[in-house]
Amino acid sequence: MRNIFLFIRRYSTFLLFILLQLFSIYLIVTYNKYHQSVFSNTANQYTGKINTQYNKIENYFNLKRTNDSLVKVNERLYNTLKQDFQLPDTASKIVVDSIRVDSLLKFRRYNYLQATVVANSVSNQNNYIAIGRGKNQQLKVGMGVIDASNGVVGIVSEVSDDFSVLISLLHKKDSRISSKLFKGGEIGTVTWNGNQPNILQLTGIPKSAKVAKGDSVVTSGYSTYFPKGIMVGIVTEVTSEKSTNNFAINIKSTADFYNLQYVYVIDNLQKAAINDLLNKAEKKSQ
Amino acid sequence: MSTLVKNSIRFILFILIQVFVLDSIHLHKLATPYLYLLFIIWLPFRMNRSWQLLIAFIFGFTLDAFRHSFGFHTAACVLMAYIRPYFINLLIPQQGIDSNYEEPSIKSMGGFTPYFIFISALTIIHHSWLFLLEAWQVGNSWYFLAKTFLSTAISLLLIIITELLFTRKQKFKTNTI
Repeated sequence: MRNIFLFIRRYSTFLLFILLQLFSIYLIVTYNKYHQSVFSNTANQYTGKINTQYNKIENYFNLKRTNDSLVKVNERLYNTLKQDFQLPDTASKIVVDSIRVDSLLKFRRYNYLQATVVANSVSNQNNYIAIGRGKNQQLKVGMGVIDASNGVVGIVSEVSDDFSVLISLLHKKDSRISSKLFKGGEIGTVTWNGNQPNILQLTGIPKSAKVAKGDSVVTSGYSTYFPKGIMVGIVTEVTSEKSTNNFAINIKSTADFYNLQYVYVIDNLQKAAINDLLNKAEKKSQ
Repeated sequence: MSTLVKNSIRFILFILIQVFVLDSIHLHKLATPYLYLLFIIWLPFRMNRSWQLLIAFIFGFTLDAFRHSFGFHTAACVLMAYIRPYFINLLIPQQGIDSNYEEPSIKSMGGFTPYFIFISALTIIHHSWLFLLEAWQVGNSWYFLAKTFLSTAISLLLIIITELLFTRKQKFKTNTI
């Protein structure tokens, strides 16, 4: 017994070093997509506050660029207005007398919530984005996020009271977005190999598909995170994998991760209903 | 200024500079400079080794909290703080000089060359451990090597510039009055 104490006393520094290293590696391994660690909630709240202060200053330098992107969004929205289209007056119209003001309200599936980016990184292998909107402002874990140019940015992975953290598309370990080729409709998965920011990988597209440089890649709508048809990127390089029956496709992301100021969080109002059904089906088959 | 106050100010300054200035630099989409490890390099000679480890742990943890990826910088900082005393013993010119000066600098290490070897060894150890943990695999080793060496070069350049810009006045302490 005495020897054990002597040993611990003699190698206390080394033992402390091993302990701290193991704890750090434990943190790396366990801190994944939906793991809400004990301290991360508090830590996010504090770092979020400091980031917001800094962001107030930084925002001024990007005002011009933000303005430009907002003008572009406005242009796109103006072009989808009903008054831009004129149909010949042949359709008959049924007038329904009802009190409900917005008759489509109960059919609404997606709701968009705006948020400011308070912290962002592109230099790591696993990048996270912090936004200044949290639990108290209707955000929940598992919501999809797009940017002003209508490109996929990431998925909310953690919410604290007033801030949330997203898994960016540039997250090597956990970023998987179900996507399809806009032209052919083949379904694949968008991932990131950790090398170049803004260049993502599309996997799972069979060699029978017709893919060319410049094709659009959009969300498939099969996941509950994003509506169908939101831009993910544009194909820049197509090579055929020798060992498998698939193409290896590089795409350039639509969202500019170097310059994110404002994002829109997508709330899927039917998510709970869909997931309930899926769970029931899974239970039945077991 | 007492050692505690000085190091507390350094702690905050290095974290802020790293998070808000240097992390947004991403040269050739490959290398990011790391200046914050200078805090650990500058810790006093005569500090308890266990305390050094714990301070490095807290320091790395704070930086990780800002990056939302817990563990990476913590592990690299702790490793660096553990290895630091061995290099000091190896590179210090004569016995007892570490009791005459407070912390490592060009003057207290006895010239530019030993100090440069000291900081470059620690920087390489820090960077390679950090990037190895980030890559989480040994595959694609050319990319890993390129990233490590480019980042080390830029970090070292920044560290030397910092040393030249902010000269720390080091008093020669002696017990023979």
